[in-house]
Amino acid sequence: MSTGGMSKGGMSGTAVEIDRVTKRFEQTLALDAISLAIEEGSFVVLLGPSGSGKTTLLNILGGFLEPTTGRVLIKGADVTFVPPAKRPTTTVFQDYALFPHMTIAGNVGFGLAMRGVARPERCARVETALELVGLAHTRARKVHQLSGGQRQRIALARALVVEPAVLLLDEPLGALDLKLRRQMQEELKAIQKRVGTTFVHVTHDQDEAMAIADTIVVMNEGRIEDQGAPERVYLRPKSRFTADFMGDSNFIAGRVAEAAAGQVMVDTALGRFAVEGTAAVGQAVTLSVRPEHVRAGAAAGAAQPLGTARVLESGFFGTHHQCTAALEAAERPFKVRLPQKESIAPGSDLPLSVDPADLVLLTG
Amino acid sequence: MERRTPGSLGREARAWGFLLPALVWTLAFFAAPLAIMGLYSLWQRSGVALVRDFTTANYENFFAKSYFFDSLVNSIEVTVVVTLISILLAYPLAYILAEKVPPRWQRMALLFAILPFWTSYVVRSYSWLLVLSEGGILSNFLLDVGLTAEPVSFANTRGATVVGFVHFFVMLLTLTIFANLVQLPKSYRKAAADLGAGPVRSFLYVILPLTLPGIMVGAFLTFVLCIGDYITPQILGGNRELLLPQTLMLQISRRSDFPMASALAIVLMLVVSLVYVACARWLRLERL
Amino acid sequence: MAPRLPRPVRNLPAIAYVALVYGFIFLPVAVLVLFSFQESRVPVPPFNGPSLRWYAAVFSDTRMMDALTNSILVALLSSLVSVVLGFLAAYGLARHRVPMSGLIQGFLTAPLTVSYLIIAMGLLITFNAVGVPKSLLTIGIGHVVINLPLCFAIVYSQMGEHQANIERAARDLGAAEWQVLLLVTVPILWPALFASFFLAVTFSWDEFIIAFMVSRFEVTLPVEIWSMLRSGLNPKTNAVGSFVFLISIAIVLVLDLIVLRKRKA
Repeated sequence: MSTGGMSKGGMSGTAVEIDRVTKRFEQTLALDAISLAIEEGSFVVLLGPSGSGKTTLLNILGGFLEPTTGRVLIKGADVTFVPPAKRPTTTVFQDYALFPHMTIAGNVGFGLAMRGVARPERCARVETALELVGLAHTRARKVHQLSGGQRQRIALARALVVEPAVLLLDEPLGALDLKLRRQMQEELKAIQKRVGTTFVHVTHDQDEAMAIADTIVVMNEGRIEDQGAPERVYLRPKSRFTADFMGDSNFIAGRVAEAAAGQVMVDTALGRFAVEGTAAVGQAVTLSVRPEHVRAGAAAGAAQPLGTARVLESGFFGTHHQCTAALEAAERPFKVRLPQKESIAPGSDLPLSVDPADLVLLTG
Repeated sequence: MERRTPGSLGREARAWGFLLPALVWTLAFFAAPLAIMGLYSLWQRSGVALVRDFTTANYENFFAKSYFFDSLVNSIEVTVVVTLISILLAYPLAYILAEKVPPRWQRMALLFAILPFWTSYVVRSYSWLLVLSEGGILSNFLLDVGLTAEPVSFANTRGATVVGFVHFFVMLLTLTIFANLVQLPKSYRKAAADLGAGPVRSFLYVILPLTLPGIMVGAFLTFVLCIGDYITPQILGGNRELLLPQTLMLQISRRSDFPMASALAIVLMLVVSLVYVACARWLRLERL
Repeated sequence: MAPRLPRPVRNLPAIAYVALVYGFIFLPVAVLVLFSFQESRVPVPPFNGPSLRWYAAVFSDTRMMDALTNSILVALLSSLVSVVLGFLAAYGLARHRVPMSGLIQGFLTAPLTVSYLIIAMGLLITFNAVGVPKSLLTIGIGHVVINLPLCFAIVYSQMGEHQANIERAARDLGAAEWQVLLLVTVPILWPALFASFFLAVTFSWDEFIIAFMVSRFEVTLPVEIWSMLRSGLNPKTNAVGSFVFLISIAIVLVLDLIVLRKRKA
């Protein structure tokens, strides 16, 4: 496990520091003054839709692109203009990029060969890397003899065997089917814990992000919308985009009536709610609530009633029912979840309530 | 899918109906002539008549008379030299076009490279005479620059034939190598760089091996087209040193010796088949 | 950051190499076209011109003009036959279960692997033996031999599963076999048919060795040009060569514009 970097400029424990990086392509602004610090040994996921800039940022980290302005520091050293060959990063590419004319051993050992590692040591390290990814006896095979999932692991082994400071993964699980993807997500997490290398993983799949990340960085249109632990980002998103991108959200428009320390009273068409957060009196805000936090049936306990909604549609999703229900006072229909064994027919009435503690205050 | 139903027999008959014209044509005008040619190679010409006794005299003649055998050797030598030079010249061009030229301009660049070959093949070879003859462009240039005192001719030499061939096959090989280079995933290069290979090692260990199929295909085409070509050696090579197609044509035009010419044609086919088998085996071995 | 030379300088060797090779490629053709406008009798320096006298000589040469017409005729007709036969064969093979289909495919594409010289020889001997006189017809026959495999291969490669499904849909909606062929298959395959026709015309137009061997009095243009070469370097040869060259470019330009215009529409 690599020790924390302590060099000029960098905090100890920071593997990667991205300092106001901007990337402009002809007319488009792909990255807008991004600043991000990535902690040593953590599994960071860059999450966002296509065009959010997450892949551009990864390419800048890897050295395949140069930022228009800004700096990139790895373990305290400025690597902004260092080419990929000389950077302490390796990348697992989306199409794996395994060399078809070499054996598995040749592929995995390529980085070591480029570094001049002698043959016996190279063989030993290759074998260790193959064991790490669970493909111990494939050294003599050719790439085309392996399945998609196996190739993915070889790509991982090839990138890890050179012991990089940071491992970059460019949507590596995209080509796998659902079951295999889930399995690989678990394995990636396990391997990362074992080797302790900092992983930076790009994906557009928020389920994947939540499953594997220590820290999620939500990106949209070249900016960071939110970053933090998966639970926090999901339960208390900091921006409307994040609330909408990570799972479903219901949005209620409102205005701040009162503001006190850490709490505000918000007036909405569905009632007045006390919500955690800070805002100015009279400010227009949005409250977001997840479908699974909207309670169906008579209000009980801390839940505040929202009104009675008419069910428009209901679909069965295995673990739950997802319904759309229209509240008279609300602009848009609410998405509500009902338990697996309780189905409801469209057209019926459904009283809704919500615990204000589950409401998230979104300003702007 | 297609089961043996009552209607299927009719369908199969209809299939043969569609196939028959092409099959008959190929049989009558390709396969049969080749077979007849094979037959002729085992007969002999005597005076104006055709002696239809089977004999291998023509083939013996081929190996015995240096006149014939040498022409094959010359052909192989020229073809090999042309193939090698063309590969060496074409690869860097293909590489630059594939890597350094922006994709928008690649099509135009290739079009430009092919453009001069829209003259007729005969005319194209002739136009090298304009350059290489005594009093031609090259000769005049050397005179003007002062490298020679008198007009000099490069035509009617093996060198001229080689130049004429290389001119054509550089274009062909550029195309096949370019096609190969362009369909290599960009991520291979990124991966090689990512793992520490500089541009030179990235090329030697990753790019070059993966373009060998393109080179092989181009080289094979070059070999086959070059060794069977009559036009370029006849125009540019002169009559001092003959290549196999030229000796073949002489058998027909001067001596009307169809049997001997047939034997030479069969020899040519055999050589090409051997090269084909070798290439096919190599390509199968390399099948990744 | 290590000092890097500005891009144009770094690329200098590459640019120089490309310029050299392109120069080599264009040299003979440039000389050809330039000296087609030569005033004097020899198409070598010094250049005294420009003059159109040699083009005039070409156009007033009846043998040459006949050869030109013959070339066009043979190219168009033989290509037509090649495309029709190739299409029928491809349709027969692709749409029906035929035993030994692999073998048939190999047989039909075999001529692609044999040198034109040998094909020409075979035809010469056969026509001679059977007593068929050499003529434009024999040239046309030979050209179909070399172009049929190409047309077959191109059309066959376009008759995949997707195409088959469209035809099944047509049958499903009630079309008879010939209707499917004429109203569905041919129109959809139009690009492939056109491409193979165009390629066939290109190969036939420029083809020398078969035309040379199996023709007698009526010849195609390449053969006529060949006999002109007996007289050595002659600006008239330059003229006819440049003429062919410029016509080829013109045709491709026109085609490109038509195709481009169609795509934009």
